[in-house]
Amino acid sequence: MSTDAPETDEVGLGDYQFGFHDSTDDYEFKSRKGLDREIVGQISEMKKEPAWMRDFRLKSLETFESRPMPSWGGDMSELDFNDIYYYMKATKGQERSWDDVPEDIRKTYDRLGIPEAEKKFLSGVKAQYDSEVVYGSLKEDLAKEGVLFTDTDSALREHPEIFREYFSTIIPPEDNKFAALNSAVWSGGSFIYVPPGVHIEFPLQAYFRINSENMGQFERTLIIVDEGASAHYVEGCTAPTYSSDSLHSAVVEIVVKRGGRFRYTTIQNWSNNVYNLVTKRAMAYGDALMEWVDGNLGSRLTMKYPAIYLMEPGARGETLSIAFAGEHQHQDAGAKMVHCAPNTSSRIISKSISKDGGRSSYRGLVKVEDGAHHCKSNVVCDALILDSDSKSDTYPYIEVEEQDVAIEHEASVSKIAEEQLFYLMSRGLSEAEASAMIVTGFIEPLVKELPMEYAVEMNRLIELQMEGSVG
Amino acid sequence: MSSLLKITDLHVSVADTPILKGVNMEIRQGEIHALMGPNGSGKSTLAYALAGHPNYAITAGSIEIDGVNITELAANERARLGMFLAFQYPVVIPGVKVADFIRHAVSNIRNPDRKEGEGLIGMREFRKEIKARMEELGMDIEFARRYLNDGFSGGEKKRMEILQMAMLHPKFAILDETDSGLDSDAVRVVSEGLAKLSGPDMGVLIITHHERLLEFNPPQFTHVMLGGRIVETGDAALAHDLHANGYATVRERHPDAAADNAKAEETAAV
Ligand SMILES: Nc1ncnc2c1ncn2[C@@H]1O[C@H](COP(=O)(O)OP(=O)(O)O)[C@@H](O)[C@H]1O
Ligand SMILES: [Mg+2]
Repeated sequence: MSTDAPETDEVGLGDYQFGFHDSTDDYEFKSRKGLDREIVGQISEMKKEPAWMRDFRLKSLETFESRPMPSWGGDMSELDFNDIYYYMKATKGQERSWDDVPEDIRKTYDRLGIPEAEKKFLSGVKAQYDSEVVYGSLKEDLAKEGVLFTDTDSALREHPEIFREYFSTIIPPEDNKFAALNSAVWSGGSFIYVPPGVHIEFPLQAYFRINSENMGQFERTLIIVDEGASAHYVEGCTAPTYSSDSLHSAVVEIVVKRGGRFRYTTIQNWSNNVYNLVTKRAMAYGDALMEWVDGNLGSRLTMKYPAIYLMEPGARGETLSIAFAGEHQHQDAGAKMVHCAPNTSSRIISKSISKDGGRSSYRGLVKVEDGAHHCKSNVVCDALILDSDSKSDTYPYIEVEEQDVAIEHEASVSKIAEEQLFYLMSRGLSEAEASAMIVTGFIEPLVKELPMEYAVEMNRLIELQMEGSVG
Repeated sequence: MSSLLKITDLHVSVADTPILKGVNMEIRQGEIHALMGPNGSGKSTLAYALAGHPNYAITAGSIEIDGVNITELAANERARLGMFLAFQYPVVIPGVKVADFIRHAVSNIRNPDRKEGEGLIGMREFRKEIKARMEELGMDIEFARRYLNDGFSGGEKKRMEILQMAMLHPKFAILDETDSGLDSDAVRVVSEGLAKLSGPDMGVLIITHHERLLEFNPPQFTHVMLGGRIVETGDAALAHDLHANGYATVRERHPDAAADNAKAEETAAV
């Protein structure tokens, strides 16, 4: 239990620097609802993009339209692609005061201590406000070392060569329907380039938000960590609650070159009506290390399986994934490891919690390609089910085309934590206190991996989620 | 005045199967009772029912502490009234530190009106106290930082139960086979630990198959359970006799209960 966490009352919430925009009438530009060639063309034109990007978007739209909806994963029958705004651009500097933010959302932010986290780590923050990045600062010494950290739209304008060299090479539009959708309408996201041998010691951070009703958010992130370089990128998402459905469909592409190290940490807490369908993939080259730390809370449906392709000998990949499915939520999350070269190793640790009728699924793939001998992979997934209305399932896929490999898979389900609950309660803990303690303990190994601010935030999020029905 | 735990005509079902069929027992603070009986006779069921396990449904009868009916109370409320169960099989709770857990427990038990999220007992005094109790039980202080029962040996788990008992000072402690599966050194530590803790302020119900624990903690009363009923009650001599001669004669004297017990053992074996 995070009894030692700082009290949020001390945090100056009045200073919340990104403000909140509730009325979408203040948007500088808003496309009409729906998706067609005209809208895609308009987005590209608004952004004054080069012709190749415009053509890429239009071609991606065709791919999107030709692909069927996935038949596996979660229920998307109520997702209506024609009832979504695909692009909005907020006018700048129209910050609302904290007082105008709805009470319940304010309380949540309040208890999360978000402004404090932002302040402390302001070094190189990017925050996405709806489709456009409206806030950004880059620490000077990073710039001096040649690090590029900007929003993806600016990167296309300002660093066209390196951008084009990598963009969509890791996740082409043909990869899946939602990658195609993102490719057609993407906007915002982060672009990072770390030159050879440069080590960034502090985490680079970005906060994302969906903030207007029926607003799809399609950020596109591209990160290149050059040879022998290292960095850690942290992304936290919080979304205000709205009544009708929203779609979040991001694409995150990462390259970690020979000897590089990179960690990408996400904590997502979308409101309960958001479809969160994200494609994340990294390619790790010789002796490189790539790590995904992925925390999924909230949303109506999340389908997310961060992938690592181990391209050359010595590459290592690690994914720590945690999912919390509460009432009316389905978390279909996991990881994908593809061993394309010999002597590569991977590890997947997945933890899921289901509560109040929520459903969490682990879906993972470990693939060893022909010739990728002496590979090692270790998969551990644990599921904690807090009550008998809730569900957890596991879909571990293993495809091995090579003899000489070591693959371990351990799955354990703490089938309703009722014996643990009883034990703690028999020592005087209330049901709410006991469940919060069990859940906090369950995710402890993962929270330990987070930067301090995020660990505090994560524990608070969990406590908030636990308050729901118990006690 | 010393407190009284009064169990009257207790009937308990698990998953709609009747297990306890009318148990009566009175335990006063300061008394030591031994509960014996063959496997499947319902000893653990009684222990769980007293502690308030939600799956052990009390279908008739009552449990009272000093005349207050606690039959409907949740486990934590019973604990706050002074009930304590040392588990036969303590659960593992990964990621939860022993010290953190016990500090929460102690805060709730010593301040029964404590509300959710209210202050815990002071860190300094708590640390001092738990350190002293751990030393008495021959436990490495390092255990306070470990995750609850995670990777503990059988003996370490049982000691952890006794440590909690020492920290919580219950009015009524039930020890369910705390001495089973331990080597003789561990049995001695646990037996001495209990002897040190029990006294005029604690009523103890010891469920055991062995003699050692009772040697250190001689019972004033011995109850024999068979087929979900208490079929005989005697003094320490009865416990000694059962250890020496087994349950054959008890079964002969109580053929109906013996038949029920045989059935329970059969289903348990399936
Ligand atoms: N959780 C349970 N689920 C199903 N049956 C149980 C459960 N607990 C106890 N029983 C049954 O109740 C009877 C008594 O068991 P128990 O109280 O554990 O006996 P003892 O502790 O005396 O060995 C046995 O037939 C056992 O199978
Ligand atoms: Mg038993």
